[in-house]
Amino acid sequence: MGVQLYLTDHEKKMRDGHLGAAVSMAMSILVDLGEAIDAAEMVEITHVHTDSGFYLGDAGLEFVEHLAALGGRVAVPTSMNNTSFDIERCRSYGVSAEHSEKIKRLEKAHLAMGAIPFWTCAPYQDGILPKPGDLVAWSESNAIVFVNSVLGARTNRTGDLVDICCALTGRAPKTGLYLDENRAAAIHAMLKGFPTEAYADPRFYPLLGYFIGKQCGNQVVAISGIPEGVTMDDLKGFGAATASSGATALFHIVGITPEAPTLEACLKNDTTIQTITVSPDALKKSEALLCTAENEQLDWIGLGCPHFSYAEFTELAECIAGKKINSDIAFSVFTSRKILGRVENTGLLEKLTYTGIEVYSDGCLLLYPQSLKPSGTMMTNSAKAANYIFSQAGYKVAYGSIRECVESAVAGKIVRRPPAWLQS
Amino acid sequence: MATIIKCRPLVAGNGRGEILATQQNISFWGGVDPATGMIIDPRHELFDQSITGRILAFPYGKGSAAAPLVLLELAKQTTAPAAIINIETDPLLVAGPIISKHFYGRSIPVVALARAAFDRLQTGQAATVDGGRGEIVING
Repeated sequence: MGVQLYLTDHEKKMRDGHLGAAVSMAMSILVDLGEAIDAAEMVEITHVHTDSGFYLGDAGLEFVEHLAALGGRVAVPTSMNNTSFDIERCRSYGVSAEHSEKIKRLEKAHLAMGAIPFWTCAPYQDGILPKPGDLVAWSESNAIVFVNSVLGARTNRTGDLVDICCALTGRAPKTGLYLDENRAAAIHAMLKGFPTEAYADPRFYPLLGYFIGKQCGNQVVAISGIPEGVTMDDLKGFGAATASSGATALFHIVGITPEAPTLEACLKNDTTIQTITVSPDALKKSEALLCTAENEQLDWIGLGCPHFSYAEFTELAECIAGKKINSDIAFSVFTSRKILGRVENTGLLEKLTYTGIEVYSDGCLLLYPQSLKPSGTMMTNSAKAANYIFSQAGYKVAYGSIRECVESAVAGKIVRRPPAWLQS
Repeated sequence: MATIIKCRPLVAGNGRGEILATQQNISFWGGVDPATGMIIDPRHELFDQSITGRILAFPYGKGSAAAPLVLLELAKQTTAPAAIINIETDPLLVAGPIISKHFYGRSIPVVALARAAFDRLQTGQAATVDGGRGEIVING
């Protein structure tokens, strides 16, 4: 509680209850938070992505229902993060009636407050695209790093439940990444020794992200040496990996991301800059940490962490055309309702389902093993999933491209062709 | 004889208990079970110990975005620590205790302490924490 937190007259009215009891509670919480973290004032935000709809226990549910019962309404457009399981289909894969009921209560409370039920961890794929420089309050680590780095809008790592307070007030404490001086990189990561084909390999970016996150923790990092041609899915997989192995909330890729036209433009202007070199050997070590599978035995393929994009569905359909999934293998793909609708309308869903692939919306790949079986071996194209599934769900993991995942699912065992650029 | 240590107040409230000190950071999401208050991360040196009713001292309060949900759940289940002492904290760690104060009327005081003083805290010491005034009192 160092500096005094300045509040406008309107913000004082919010805190003091002139705009209703829900706004008053939300604002009082943000004021206490702002004081604890030395914010000088609040920022006005234009969008919220909230994870308060995630069921982790009754406390969060009670808090959200309380705000809704007090008449809380979102003051800015508010999209909802994924929930734990597919809301409509989760009973069919073994989620208890009690848990399913809790998810529905969270949905009801959020809808009453005017939140938009996108139920996705990749809202940027569903058309939620804040402009560069926009101040927003986002939750969900992969979405936070994407909106900051790739879209150039500004958010801090907004916590669950704090995000809904931001939504009801349209405010957030002005600290961290809302401020220019905190957006410059303190670390410069230089890529060295990668042949051109590495940059065209979809396996490259999540591995690089996993390495960068481990090296840089929560610091802002600038990466140089990546040529043009990076796809949105590459950046999605890269960012999700950085945020899961470190706590990266902002990266710059020189010549690619909006705040990094040049290295100088995105680097701190002082002598404390730390420079690290990233070599194929470093990524080889990252891959070894992620690949925890001990043999070819395989139980489950999980794709869509973060949620699968339409482009990824198209690639999956091309890879699986004319083939069938081995009956011993579960193959599940997680996406948003909106993309699921598109996949359904264009006929892709029918083709995928025919081969034995299951597609779910709303939920989280990382929680799926709870309803599948308690342990086993899975394969994924996501470094984020490979990291968390091993540490939290007790699964062994093989990391590979979408094509390798499909080949493995057809063969009924792990099939991997480690890239030549990784063999130093 | 009691020792009084001045510290930075972060979340108001009073807590009394035995200190449980570690030099390792704690991730609440995936690291603490709200139902039991036990540390469940097998890689942590406090693995299998209870934080309930203790004054939990760990250097950096770095949390996942879900940390507020876990800390609020600890408050609801009455499995929360009596207070939290950090060297540095972050918004994701203090948010849960702040929400608990406003929503449940239950405080989990949080304070921040300079490194040298933090390093002198010892597991088992009886202490009280005043998160409003910024004071830790070590008894005995």
